[in-house]
Amino acid sequence: MSGTGTFQGGIHPNDGKSLSKDKPTKILLPKGELVYPMVQHIGAPAKPIVAVGDKVFVGQKIAEAGGFISVCVNSSVSGTVKKIEPRLTVSGAMVDSIVIENDNEYTTIEGFGEARDYTKLSKQEIRDIVKEAGIAGMGGAGFPTYVKLTPKDDDAIDYVIVNGAECEPYLTSDYRMMIEEPEKIVTGLNVILSLFKNAKGIIAIEDNKPDCIEKISEMVKGEGRIEVKTLKTKYPQGAERQLIYAATGRKINSAMLPSDAGCIVNNIDTVISIYMSVCETTKLIRRIVTVTGDAIKEPQNFSVRIGTSYGELAEAAGGFVNEPQKIISGGPMMGMAMFSLDIPVTRISSALLAYSIDPVTLKPTTPCIRCGRCMEACPSHLVPQMMLPFAERFDDESFEKIDGMECYECGSCTYVCPAGQPLTQAFKQTRRSILDKKRRK
Amino acid sequence: MKSMYHVSASPHIRSSVTTATIMRDVAIALIPASLLGVYQFGFNAFLVLVTSIVTCVLAEYLYKKLMKKPGLPYESSAIVTGLLLGMNLPSTVPLWIPIIGGVFAIIIVKELYGGLGQNFMNPALAARCFLLISFAGRMTAFGVSSFNEAQSSVTKNLYTFLNGAGSLDGISSATPLAQIKTMEAAASVADVVSLKDMFLGFTGGVIGETSILALLIGAAYLVFRKVISLRIPLIYIGSFVVFLLLFGGHGFDLYYIAAEVCGGGLILGAFFMATDYVTSPITKTGQVIFGVLLGLLTVLFRVFGNNAEGVSFAIIFCNLLVPLLDKYTVPVAFGKGGRKNGK
Repeated sequence: MSGTGTFQGGIHPNDGKSLSKDKPTKILLPKGELVYPMVQHIGAPAKPIVAVGDKVFVGQKIAEAGGFISVCVNSSVSGTVKKIEPRLTVSGAMVDSIVIENDNEYTTIEGFGEARDYTKLSKQEIRDIVKEAGIAGMGGAGFPTYVKLTPKDDDAIDYVIVNGAECEPYLTSDYRMMIEEPEKIVTGLNVILSLFKNAKGIIAIEDNKPDCIEKISEMVKGEGRIEVKTLKTKYPQGAERQLIYAATGRKINSAMLPSDAGCIVNNIDTVISIYMSVCETTKLIRRIVTVTGDAIKEPQNFSVRIGTSYGELAEAAGGFVNEPQKIISGGPMMGMAMFSLDIPVTRISSALLAYSIDPVTLKPTTPCIRCGRCMEACPSHLVPQMMLPFAERFDDESFEKIDGMECYECGSCTYVCPAGQPLTQAFKQTRRSILDKKRRK
Repeated sequence: MKSMYHVSASPHIRSSVTTATIMRDVAIALIPASLLGVYQFGFNAFLVLVTSIVTCVLAEYLYKKLMKKPGLPYESSAIVTGLLLGMNLPSTVPLWIPIIGGVFAIIIVKELYGGLGQNFMNPALAARCFLLISFAGRMTAFGVSSFNEAQSSVTKNLYTFLNGAGSLDGISSATPLAQIKTMEAAASVADVVSLKDMFLGFTGGVIGETSILALLIGAAYLVFRKVISLRIPLIYIGSFVVFLLLFGGHGFDLYYIAAEVCGGGLILGAFFMATDYVTSPITKTGQVIFGVLLGLLTVLFRVFGNNAEGVSFAIIFCNLLVPLLDKYTVPVAFGKGGRKNGK
């Protein structure tokens, strides 16, 4: 497909990116203890393999994968295991976590950071490296990356897509990486392409980042297998289904994986992490986090050691202008509100967003007037207005009948609803309960 | 411990469009046509509009109070209903007509069925049709440009209230469509009505329907503000033209077709009432069928019915079909039935 890729539906919220987009990424070293929840990915929880009192080094595996769909956890600092106990996480749940006292030495395990030529590695070696590096989709879903890179048939993969859309408002971490480390993205993509001989690489970027498009286009000129795809700026352009459609014209639904449509999609920071683990012999120990919002004194981007508390992030950004009413891990559309700052940054924490006034409180809830805006906005072409009554009266059957399960909770319907109806919220609950019931059968 | 931060499920931001801003936009869009109506039909038109609005707002307020329902008319939808009802009345009606109409629209059509968003018919149009059936004579006496000279004494006002300005002035005129309908077979449409007058609004009719220009300005505003889409209005008018060519009996007479499009509240109905969110289909396919049916019914009512106008009845009839249309036109979800590639 040529031209600018896009999809039907979607919204144009105020993107708030100007707050932090021009701030170069700063490296933030943690001060206090580091907390590693055993669940920071989709799948089975990881299992601790260290005991309280153990000495650990940077890059040392402290928990192993708890199943095929699971990811191991590596320490991002050197120090001593202080506790293994349930700690508060972003979702609001207490999750078993390994707590490490930082010795501020940053002593690494042997061989950490050595250059490595990926072309000399076998496919299996690359997959094992990615697996041992503890990489999971860093765009927010946290799907184990080595599982993604191991489809049923390598030769059936036609496209490897790097998701540079960053359609979520306020987030600028992917943007910064595309500006600061584009060569890592291109090499990382080449590493993935070396696994799939029939695949073409696509780096898909929204047209509100023309500098990235220009820079990376220039960079991939000599690369026969890689091209840059410009996408129209619109939320949720970076959602997997919409991204694949805009970049390749292929459609997938909730019952399919991208690989069923011959596609593999990875987020920018994930690709960089793949590059670093394969070519620089590192583990996933850091991620880029945007600290922003009107309540943050100096909005900016940090390269943060995983396990660092959100409180330290807010502090590093100059603290709060005034006591925020709401803090969110991630963007305003799909991020999760946290009731405390005493929560660790995980692989999937793309941002800390602080609002002086909770925007949700500003819009009253009034009766639905059937305006149809929710339907126009839905990227999955659903009719949220009809799904809501079914969700509210627990009519799962009817909900599924009008394809309610195709909703992936992007929040567009709730955003546009003039009546302030909690559409996405109701769908979330209904979808969870339907999935639970199915699992129990 | 420090107070906890707010927690709610995502998304955490909302667009600035609310029900209240939408209703405000609709009210603003109706102002040009209302002003022209007042200019053309005089102070009585103003009284009718105001009475209608005040009745609707009061009726909603009192009903909610009486039924102990939460909230005041925060969405100001009652203002829009009142304004639309007033615009659908002749300026000559006695003022108890808009009062009865307003109460009927708000209480019977809207609140009794559950209030805003639950009414199955457009309240203003349902009230108009109710009044048309109940008071056919008064509802079809259309005033023509008359600034009544300083009739301000109390008795006179009382007389106007009870009997309407029409009976006082004795001025009434047929609408252009009625003129076309009753004209002799040999005459040409151009001899009977002036398109220019119809476009600007110097013809007989209800207060808000006469000036096509003013209505289109309002409609353009609504489109610009993204309050309405052009799908229903354009399909309605397009289907109306097609069926008129088939059944109108005037063949391919452009002047006749233009006159029929500009007359009888078709523009007011197509842009402001057929697009009413609550009583029009939500799905795209549903809206297309809705528009086509509206065009067909309007032509049938106009050509074969007793009245020269048919927009109101066509719309409230199609309103009743909306739940059915929505039910059977749910769109196919993204990626549904997609072929698995690469297997």
